Amino acid sequence: MSGIDRRLFVAGAGAALIGAVGKAAGSHSITLPFANGTRPLVQLLGKREMILLTSRPPQLETPFSVFNEGLLTPNDAFFVRYHLSGLPTEIDPRSYRLALGGHVEKPLQLSLESLRRDFPISEIVAVNQCSGNSRGFVTPRVAGGQLGNGAMGNARWQGVALKHLLDKAGVRSGARQVTFNGLDNPPADGVADFAKALDIDHALDSEVMVAFAMNGEELPFLNGYPLRLVVPGHFGTYWVKHLSQINVVDAEFDGYWMKTAYRIPDNDCRCAEPGTKPDKTVPIGRFNVRSFLTSHQDGAKVSAGRTTELRGIAFSGGDPIKHVLVSPDNGRNWQAARLGEDLGRYSYREWKLGLTLAKGQHALRVRAECSSGETQPMEPRWQPAGYMRNVVETINVEAV
Amino acid sequence: MRSKGLVISLGLLAVAAGGAAWTLMDRDAGPEVVAARMEPVSYQLPEEAIPAELADAGAEIVVNNCTACHSLEYVTTQPRGMGEKFWHDEVTKMVKVYGAPVESADAEAIARLLAERFG
Repeated sequence: MSGIDRRLFVAGAGAALIGAVGKAAGSHSITLPFANGTRPLVQLLGKREMILLTSRPPQLETPFSVFNEGLLTPNDAFFVRYHLSGLPTEIDPRSYRLALGGHVEKPLQLSLESLRRDFPISEIVAVNQCSGNSRGFVTPRVAGGQLGNGAMGNARWQGVALKHLLDKAGVRSGARQVTFNGLDNPPADGVADFAKALDIDHALDSEVMVAFAMNGEELPFLNGYPLRLVVPGHFGTYWVKHLSQINVVDAEFDGYWMKTAYRIPDNDCRCAEPGTKPDKTVPIGRFNVRSFLTSHQDGAKVSAGRTTELRGIAFSGGDPIKHVLVSPDNGRNWQAARLGEDLGRYSYREWKLGLTLAKGQHALRVRAECSSGETQPMEPRWQPAGYMRNVVETINVEAV
Repeated sequence: MRSKGLVISLGLLAVAAGGAAWTLMDRDAGPEVVAARMEPVSYQLPEEAIPAELADAGAEIVVNNCTACHSLEYVTTQPRGMGEKFWHDEVTKMVKVYGAPVESADAEAIARLLAERFG
């Protein structure tokens, strides 16, 4: 199909759908705390009411209050991110096949049944976070999806370690990377298909998983049904959805979404002077450490002179959370919070702290530190694409 | 103890009755496997409205070209007041980097209109 034919086709399909699906936008809305931050709340397939970023392709952000309900993010509230509008319209689990080929001894075509039957099945609790989570807060502002803090979630993923699939196919010597492609396609011929790559050692590390379930249920359609890649500790761009093709390659993969997009400054701070482009870049990789207060929103009122129970979450790219510190006075003094249940080094870690605040305004700060000493910066760092924001958060509360 | 033995036996029987499907898996050590549904799952894109800011005749060039690939929230949710260069760069990126099928004269007109409306 030529670019123009496809374009007419897509536009026609879009027009036909108006009024056909979903809850009317505009009946509810939410305003994220940055300029031009008003968004409709909508309900899409398999989801509760969520914050709509875009309709085509569908992109949804989790309302932040969900993160205070529990350590695992419910499937129907888990954020949704797509790049290209050519989504599959129907997926038949009986005929679905995952192809594994390329630089291997014996290419595989795996049914969903075979994946469950012929390989060891494991589970891992891991955070998935969009590279551009919190982009709307980046100053100076940058182009891209203008997200609040809700393009992240924590789930118990179930599936087969990629290593078992690669071992069965038999990786040939000289393999350099493994590429991943899903059923989502570009809207026009000139647009690069969304495909990602991991180095072969990473792909074989037993942590990277081809997942078919999250939180005890099959993946919701919009989170990659029936299979998605899970890359613990790594930004969501690698977690390819509707995964249909895995290829072992003997050279560095140079697809657009690796070579040009999703690049970060190649320096220690992973940052650039605001408004400038870095000289040298590398593909984005692991999360930097973050922490949030989830029990109180900015502007909340608490009781003066009585204990206020604060709760929140912290997570990192896999380096265990050593402690979470809370400042009641905008960073002058810090107290260590109690850490909650440990669901593994890729999971959210709960923290709690009781604070007694005197009457008046208080700027609460939350700062996590990993075992290696990695911590969050007090001042935001900046990247041209708005990736990896992890500044120490500030929540203003008033004790009355 | 006897009843516990019976339960274990029944459990083993149940695993055996489940067929040879699970022979390669260590079910005792592994998690309970989430079964695959058998029915096809279909998905339709959600409804899409033209935002009021782009709904007039003057903005047709934006609607006609940009919606070929994506809905218009991609445009309207961007930060405002970023200046002409911001919009020019974005439209150029769509054409040069993403290969959007837009004529260069149209691309310039789109960038100009977006800069006028959104700063």
